[in-house]
Amino acid sequence: MVELLQKRLSSPSELENLRQSILQRRDPSRTCISVCAGTGCRASGAEAVVDAFIDEIERRELQINVELKETGCHGFCERGPVVVIRPKKIFYQRVKPEDIPEIISETALRGNIIERLLYVDPVTNEKIVYEPEVPFYKKQTRTIFGANGEIDPTNIEDYIAMGGYSALSKTLFQMSPEEVIGEVKRSGLRGRGGGGFPTGRKWQSCRDARGDTKYVICNADEGDPGAYQDRSLLEGNPHSVLEGVIIGAYAIGSHEGYIYVRNEYPLAVNHARIAIEQAMDYGLLGENILGSGFDFTVMINKGGGAFVCGESSALMASLEGKIGEPRAKYIHLSEKGLWDNPSLLNNVKTWANVPLIINKGAEWYSQIGTAGSKGTMIFSLVGKINNTGLVEVPMGITLREMIYDIGGGIPNGKKFKAVQTGGPSGGCIPEQCLDTPVDFDELTKLGSMMGSGGMIVMDEDTCMADIARYFIEFLKGESCGKCVPCREGLTRMSEVLNNITQGKGKREDLDILEDLAGILSDGALCALGRTAANPVLSTLRYFRDEYIAHIDEKRCPAHVCRELIQYSIDPERCEGCLRCLRACPTGAISGEKRQPHTINQGMCIKCGACYDVCKFDAVVKQ
Amino acid sequence: MAKVWINGERWVEVEDAEGVNVVHFTVDDKEIAVSGGQTILEAVQRMPGIGNIPALCYHPAIKPYGACRICTVEVSEDGGSKFKFVAACLYPVKQGLVVKTNTERVRKLRKGIIELLLARCPNVKRIQELAEEYGVEKPRFVLGDQDCILCGLCVRACQEIIGKSAISLVNRGIYREVAAPFYAYELSEDCIGCGDCAFVCPTGAIQMGPDGKPILPKVKIPYPEIEAMMQREVVATS
Repeated sequence: MVELLQKRLSSPSELENLRQSILQRRDPSRTCISVCAGTGCRASGAEAVVDAFIDEIERRELQINVELKETGCHGFCERGPVVVIRPKKIFYQRVKPEDIPEIISETALRGNIIERLLYVDPVTNEKIVYEPEVPFYKKQTRTIFGANGEIDPTNIEDYIAMGGYSALSKTLFQMSPEEVIGEVKRSGLRGRGGGGFPTGRKWQSCRDARGDTKYVICNADEGDPGAYQDRSLLEGNPHSVLEGVIIGAYAIGSHEGYIYVRNEYPLAVNHARIAIEQAMDYGLLGENILGSGFDFTVMINKGGGAFVCGESSALMASLEGKIGEPRAKYIHLSEKGLWDNPSLLNNVKTWANVPLIINKGAEWYSQIGTAGSKGTMIFSLVGKINNTGLVEVPMGITLREMIYDIGGGIPNGKKFKAVQTGGPSGGCIPEQCLDTPVDFDELTKLGSMMGSGGMIVMDEDTCMADIARYFIEFLKGESCGKCVPCREGLTRMSEVLNNITQGKGKREDLDILEDLAGILSDGALCALGRTAANPVLSTLRYFRDEYIAHIDEKRCPAHVCRELIQYSIDPERCEGCLRCLRACPTGAISGEKRQPHTINQGMCIKCGACYDVCKFDAVVKQ
Repeated sequence: MAKVWINGERWVEVEDAEGVNVVHFTVDDKEIAVSGGQTILEAVQRMPGIGNIPALCYHPAIKPYGACRICTVEVSEDGGSKFKFVAACLYPVKQGLVVKTNTERVRKLRKGIIELLLARCPNVKRIQELAEEYGVEKPRFVLGDQDCILCGLCVRACQEIIGKSAISLVNRGIYREVAAPFYAYELSEDCIGCGDCAFVCPTGAIQMGPDGKPILPKVKIPYPEIEAMMQREVVATS
């Protein structure tokens, strides 16, 4: 109780004093081992690495000399588990528990570099020692995401030490709500959830809306396949999101807020919960925040896993305890949202931008980015790319820079074919458009969209008709089924696409696809349906020849569609090693040892097992 | 002053009553004035002879829902230079709004939606009539054999008017259907057999049964599959 009383801050100067005392307690030259414990690195075994560090530090009684920090996602997930040793920022990648004693004795204590754990630049073959020099990070502008690797997300003092909650203190004591909204407006910030609506205008209309009760909502219901930037931000730096939410609440005059987060993100839920508890303890949330007289509480609501609940009106229906279905937004949610009260909903990334804008000013912020899209954007760069991970770049960077300079290009010397941006309802952008600057308007012009920042890279082995089929199948499964165009239209679209990829397509099918796309974009109720045709329209626009090949020649140019390919064995190359014969699950391959094998096409299920195991490239896919 | 189209036959000039929020707007080039707070569909339905807006999931006694999208019209908020598609059953009338209920684009969109509905419910009379009106001959898709178009009127009537919620829409997307709570084989005692659901149903998919309770549209997913789904969920949550 005494401790709690001491913790509670009741004025801006107490916050500043706390910050100073934390900084004084901390020695910046002390060795600090930060292990990335984001979801990506955990999947690669980061928890075992952390345990090994704890054991080793205890065994050698180094608790005073060496600090261990479990941080949020650093972004370079391809190379996880990632360990960075500060203050020098020595960067080790793909660390295993066996490496830990050596890291402690050599690097942490003596400052020596362990060569084999360093990252090797695949282009120059050079070993890179320090984190900022890794090419993956070099071209990024990590204004929002940068702190992830430096702080322990479960410790509010880490966030306060690096200037956290100073923006909140500034808004509460030096700015009126109108000034806050004015600042956000001038910054040019646009909603990062996908729509790209000007954030300041949304705030203004919610402030102007009549109503005694107003709500703020943080949308962390990220559901795009392959996208995990909201998750990593909420896991790695929950206080930055929370601070943004509180500032937003002050600006519109709200006293109650919700964080709507997927239940499939247990770590994000947990870290958000811890952050809320700590902020309450420190008097940064709850009644009379920092002694300003402003009250605000936040609750966490866990989503049940419906993709459509990321849509703002469906999210609010779900929050109300109803079926997560969108409704028409002819009257904006900022006027009539949750329980028919004015409600301000923004994406996790949008909220995290707010403290930055308040601290550094709208002028500073609006210098980053392009004319229509300001600031930075976090993308999750996944698919057929060397450096899988989360990248934060200024708006206006070209797709080519992102894929080749940051992403390190396409693995195994394959050729680039397309990049799909904006989640399942985004479009596929071909090679010839790679020099387009990435911002809200340019991506829309290409028939795609910014979405929440997903970016899936595809190489020459990808069949574009099959990709369109995959995304339409996904959306069909996630359509809530309320309106006819989305429910029936997507089902029929998937029927047609399945026919095409199975070699049963007709030329008229392409017209049907375009007709259905029109019905969806003009007639559907919510953004899910209205944008659902993008994957089909963009692949038809840029890769029509592939559809034609499937329909006219019954041929899949990328050799993906199972019904349209055939495996055979080249007798010239086959050494008769029996490897494929053993791998075949249906016994379709026959042949004697050291004699060329053959495939019985009637028994072959085209699983590709023989193709994968053959060491002599004798199995041919046609 | 405004010209008002009366009884579908003549124009009358009226003065705006004081204290009444009168909204003037045009529908298919005819100027009309109605009291504010209505939707386009509500306003137009009360003016016979003006506009052509079909609707399937709308009933004047029940809150508009916007599911069938047949009532889609084009509106312009800037006096007629830029048009967008909106659902007339939900879009509120606004001062100076320009509404087009029967343009080429609107008819094409409705035709597409009707084709989808006809493919799902080829035997429903109301859909066949609409198909004829909009020139849909044979759907280009594999035909289904449903009667229910999932407009949700029955569910909404049961909830909003009767206050019982004895039936609900369950599942997502194409698996959506009208069912008793928890997929019970029979309606629970919450159903009072009022017949409201059968009354509002635009396609006749719900009929009253001999026991005085409605017979819901036939369940699409075979029950064994639902049981398998439930078992998977038990495994996943335990």
